[in-house]
Amino acid sequence: MDELIFFINRVLISGTVLGSIYALGAIGVTLIFGILRFAHFAHGDMMTMGAFIAFVLATALAAMGVVLPLPLGFIVLPVAMVITAVIALGIDKGFYAPLRARGAKPVTLLIASIGVTLMIQGLVRLIFGSGTQSIYVGQPKEIFRLDMSWAGGSRPISITEPQLLMFIVTALLVVALHLFLTRSRLGKAMRAMADNAALAQVSGINTALVVRVTWVIAGSLACVAGTMLALDVALMPDLAFNIVLPIFAAAIVGGLGHAYGAIVGGFLIAFAETLAVFNWTAVLRPLNGVLPEAMQLPANLALVPTEYKLTVAFVILVITLLVRPTGIFKGAST
Amino acid sequence: MSAASPNTRAGWDSPLRRGLMLFAAMFLIVVAVGVIQGTASMLLILVQATGFALIALGLNIQWGYGGLFNFAIMGFLMVGGASTVFLSYPVNMDFWNSDGPMLLGRALIAFLVGLGLVMAVRQSHRIGITGTLKTVLVVLAWFAAYVLYRSRINPAAAYIEDTAGFVGGLGLHPVLGWLFGGLVSAVIAFFIGKISLGLRTDYLAIATIGISEILRALIKNMDWLTRGTMTVSPMPWPTPLPQALQANGMAIADSFVAARVMFLVLAVIVLVVAFVLVQRAYGGPWGRMMRAIRDNHISAASMGKDVTGRQLELFVFGSILMGIGGAILATFTQIFDPSGYQPINHTFMIWVMVIVGGAGNNWGVVLGAFLIYIVWVVSDPLAQLIFLNLSALTEQIGWGAIPEIDSRALQMRVFVLGVVITVALRFAPKGLIPEVVHRTN
Repeated sequence: MDELIFFINRVLISGTVLGSIYALGAIGVTLIFGILRFAHFAHGDMMTMGAFIAFVLATALAAMGVVLPLPLGFIVLPVAMVITAVIALGIDKGFYAPLRARGAKPVTLLIASIGVTLMIQGLVRLIFGSGTQSIYVGQPKEIFRLDMSWAGGSRPISITEPQLLMFIVTALLVVALHLFLTRSRLGKAMRAMADNAALAQVSGINTALVVRVTWVIAGSLACVAGTMLALDVALMPDLAFNIVLPIFAAAIVGGLGHAYGAIVGGFLIAFAETLAVFNWTAVLRPLNGVLPEAMQLPANLALVPTEYKLTVAFVILVITLLVRPTGIFKGAST
Repeated sequence: MSAASPNTRAGWDSPLRRGLMLFAAMFLIVVAVGVIQGTASMLLILVQATGFALIALGLNIQWGYGGLFNFAIMGFLMVGGASTVFLSYPVNMDFWNSDGPMLLGRALIAFLVGLGLVMAVRQSHRIGITGTLKTVLVVLAWFAAYVLYRSRINPAAAYIEDTAGFVGGLGLHPVLGWLFGGLVSAVIAFFIGKISLGLRTDYLAIATIGISEILRALIKNMDWLTRGTMTVSPMPWPTPLPQALQANGMAIADSFVAARVMFLVLAVIVLVVAFVLVQRAYGGPWGRMMRAIRDNHISAASMGKDVTGRQLELFVFGSILMGIGGAILATFTQIFDPSGYQPINHTFMIWVMVIVGGAGNNWGVVLGAFLIYIVWVVSDPLAQLIFLNLSALTEQIGWGAIPEIDSRALQMRVFVLGVVITVALRFAPKGLIPEVVHRTN
């Protein structure tokens, strides 16, 4: 029983946490690619920026003496989402729209997005320093422990408060996005434009509006993902820059331009990473009693050493690009 | 391109005059840096800028000549650095006298056996195994090869790290190490290019970033080969070190200047040789063919050009220069520190150099490399100055001093780099010295 609990704690919970973050980021990347046809590299830093906006707001609330049962960083999330979305619109207006108007190639936009990455990263570190901040302003991180002694387990299943919140929020956002894309007029227009931009424009769809909505969705989801990551781990300036590549891997594995694919890809990459570094001996130890002396399991039976955890995502990315570049859901290939 | 021939363009529009003016301006900036920061630190900047110019030339071959997207520059710089460590670092007798070489030999045999197994299974269609069954078998073969190799290399690595620290070097001349860096980069670039060059530009960009991160993870964690995060230092110089000159009775300040001048001369010789070769290749039939492929690969293919084969050539040639450049930089700083390599400093900065200088024009790229490197280095003290003044201001109005000015000012250069690239893309997308397109009607 303990082995199963260990597995749940180490693989199921942490894989789902990571998967939620990857999925939220990858949806933004994939939507921007579907509508604007370029790989938006600055998405990771938009996540970091969103997290820092939430941090500032939470600090301000704490300074006003507000005390609530939930983490303040979570309470301020809607406001932070709006601010991040507005900044995302501003970035598009200032840096990408002029290039698009000139008819620049997607590659030029990709390079421009790297410029934006550098600017955001430089600014965030300039303002907040390069050290680690805590987004828990004057609150401890609560840990829920599910007692498993009724099932014969000696250790509890533990899950932290932000992790639980993250599951709920991700599920809500995904359902909301699904309803938006399939039920609303604007969502349908978005899918039409992702499918064929020229045809969408001819049939009277306001493409400028669709572009703006895309940035609003991508920006606010990036803010949620960044804040959740900061609540779960810690708030650092290079928080999301390190995970922008796994996010791209998730978006590509799911098929670029395909919102549901991005969600599946996010969880796929996250579980692949978690399972690859998982020490299987911890689960298979009972077998040692059955196996003969010569075949005893070694102390560490992980597929790859822990320091190569992120490499797993890149290997999956490269293999996907080589074997099936359109991803599992046949995303946009042009 | 405008219809006028280059000769009739006047003033700023004449590429030659423009280039001369810009190079003169850069010379003045270098002199100004020398006056303000001292000759020794100016030489330090110049040597490193020369190394970066070589790397930027490599990217220019790939992106400027052939339109190939390579975001794996950091990986190649690390490969170059690690290769020169292996060739030029003094011999580690602890390793050679231990069982290490034998264990490594076994790991190599395991690697080759695994490779042979995969190759054999890939040919299984010859005996009638096809379709899903073959795919499953190939995947199983990869897995078996991986497990076999891991089971041999893990004990070898642990043993070497315990007894000898790391493999050490071969104690050869550093210039040989640079060439070796180029060679190893070429081999790695060949395989990377082979598997990924068929991809579309933006997919290629993401794939190469991924590959560069894989290379970094490997070099950082293969402690037995590269010493990983424990860093290797001091690396020998091809020219006399300042310490050696001091031993011969030279004053400390003079010894640094003299040693760096000698190193600079050597680095500039390498750069000039590479420049001449690259420039001649541009004008020749080979360069013309590459531009034809870049501008319209479909029509080039229909003329009978082997597009993927030629692009592989470009990728390998460019990576050789990157490997050599990375080796020169590692030798000059005398320390190989895998954690010191960052995508911002070692991939994106090179891109900024090429785009700001003018992709496709070697003069422009060299200018861009020197200019951007100087901007990168100088924006740190400039930002400190601004911050110190601001801090004095905030103290005056009672907000207190700005904390951690040093580490914050260091980040200013990242911001400046971002501003430079976005401004360049918007207002001078062809660069400071654009590629000259000759039209003969």
